[in-house]
Amino acid sequence: MYTFNFEMLWGYRWLFLNGTLVTIGLTAAVVVLGLLLGLVGGLAQLSRFAVLRWISWAYIELFRCTPLLVQLLWFYYALPMLTGIQIDAITASVLTLSLYGGSFYAEVIRGGVVSIEAGQTEAGLALGMTPAKVMRRIVLPQAVKRMIPPLMNQSIIQFKNTSLVSVVAVPDLLYQGQVAATDTFRPLEVYTIVALIYFVVLVPLTAIVKRGEKQLQTGH
Amino acid sequence: MSIPKIEVAGLRKQFGELVVLRDINLKVDSGAVVALIGPSGSGKSTLLRCLNLLVVPNGGRVRIGGDAFDFETGKALPRPKAQAKFRSNTGMVFQHFNLFPHMTVLGNVMEGPVSAKNMPKAQAEAIGRRLLAKVGLADKADAYPDRLSGGQKQRVAIARALAMEPEVMLFDEATSALDPELVSEVLGVMRDLAAEGMTMIIVTHEIAFAREVADRVIFMRDGVIVEEGPARDVIDRPQQEATRAFLSHFHTRG
Repeated sequence: MYTFNFEMLWGYRWLFLNGTLVTIGLTAAVVVLGLLLGLVGGLAQLSRFAVLRWISWAYIELFRCTPLLVQLLWFYYALPMLTGIQIDAITASVLTLSLYGGSFYAEVIRGGVVSIEAGQTEAGLALGMTPAKVMRRIVLPQAVKRMIPPLMNQSIIQFKNTSLVSVVAVPDLLYQGQVAATDTFRPLEVYTIVALIYFVVLVPLTAIVKRGEKQLQTGH
Repeated sequence: MSIPKIEVAGLRKQFGELVVLRDINLKVDSGAVVALIGPSGSGKSTLLRCLNLLVVPNGGRVRIGGDAFDFETGKALPRPKAQAKFRSNTGMVFQHFNLFPHMTVLGNVMEGPVSAKNMPKAQAEAIGRRLLAKVGLADKADAYPDRLSGGQKQRVAIARALAMEPEVMLFDEATSALDPELVSEVLGVMRDLAAEGMTMIIVTHEIAFAREVADRVIFMRDGVIVEEGPARDVIDRPQQEATRAFLSHFHTRG
């Protein structure tokens, strides 16, 4: 029977804390950038200009339908060979995760907008509002309420996705865990701790999302 | 003889292969009330929706008041701004109300003047409150639509359309989604509007109401106008077999 020994990891507490902060910071960056990309991509899907629809479709499908790990390696190793511009691991990570997350956010945002009954748009147009004003005043305020739960869900996934950046040596939580594991020869304890930290950060967030959903269902 | 308020000439509409409207010609005088009746799929709702461009015709001409559009296959659509201006002159009331659920009743009624006309809020609110009083819902101004009955919702929808001070009101089966006991409160508001001289086109299955309130009844089937004339003539003494067959499904004199 294996005897757990967590005590010896106490000496690595700053390493874990540091990794956790990098993971949180990285998540914040890729959620914000991803949402911006998703808003542009999602609304472009609904544009009356075919070129915009086509470009956003290509972007969304390209990033939704290839594995994130492959994208990350491609941006870090292959893109510099193509362009001759060397980008550091953090930049490549933020870029890849934002584009990847944005493709999913875009679908959520597009889906939220089209889920609003056509009658709402018709009523706005019938009053003499321009299509842009109908989108801003009538459709988006209702759609945003429906988008928030899936957007939060996608953001939680993004938090976990950041663990992939350890393969390009970004010093996130998992990477620092690997450092500690090789140092101590205690992978079982280390990876248990790492999993626990992800869990402890995310569980309160999911509770907040749940409560928010309930409020949205009843409120105006 | 004054110029008609609404003029429709050679109007055509098809969805893919399906022809919904064939060469519709129609004139409605200022202050007239016209009821459009006919079986489902006859094209009456599509005709109504062509009048405020929610459906874009494939051909023909529509004029309402001083604004006119010609439609031709392959011709570019009017620009969104021009369409919006055209629509702002017609009020539309929908079968399913289509109130904005995220706004209060007063907010719904103010939305047109504020958003489409850039009217100052205070002025729009005054108009909104006056119209809510007119449809008997002054006390519901701060309620949200989900607190209202169907009949109340439809009266708010009428007030919302009137807030734009349109020259013409279009009613698309305004009472079809209502419980029977709520129909009369909506018909009452429509009757008052007609009495005030509003030009109205009403798509309806309320034959008795059409007979009483409309000046003229138009019977449509398969995308054409089969018969039209003074309301009582068409409903009491239909000339066409198709009209007779359709009207036989209703008790017209209750």
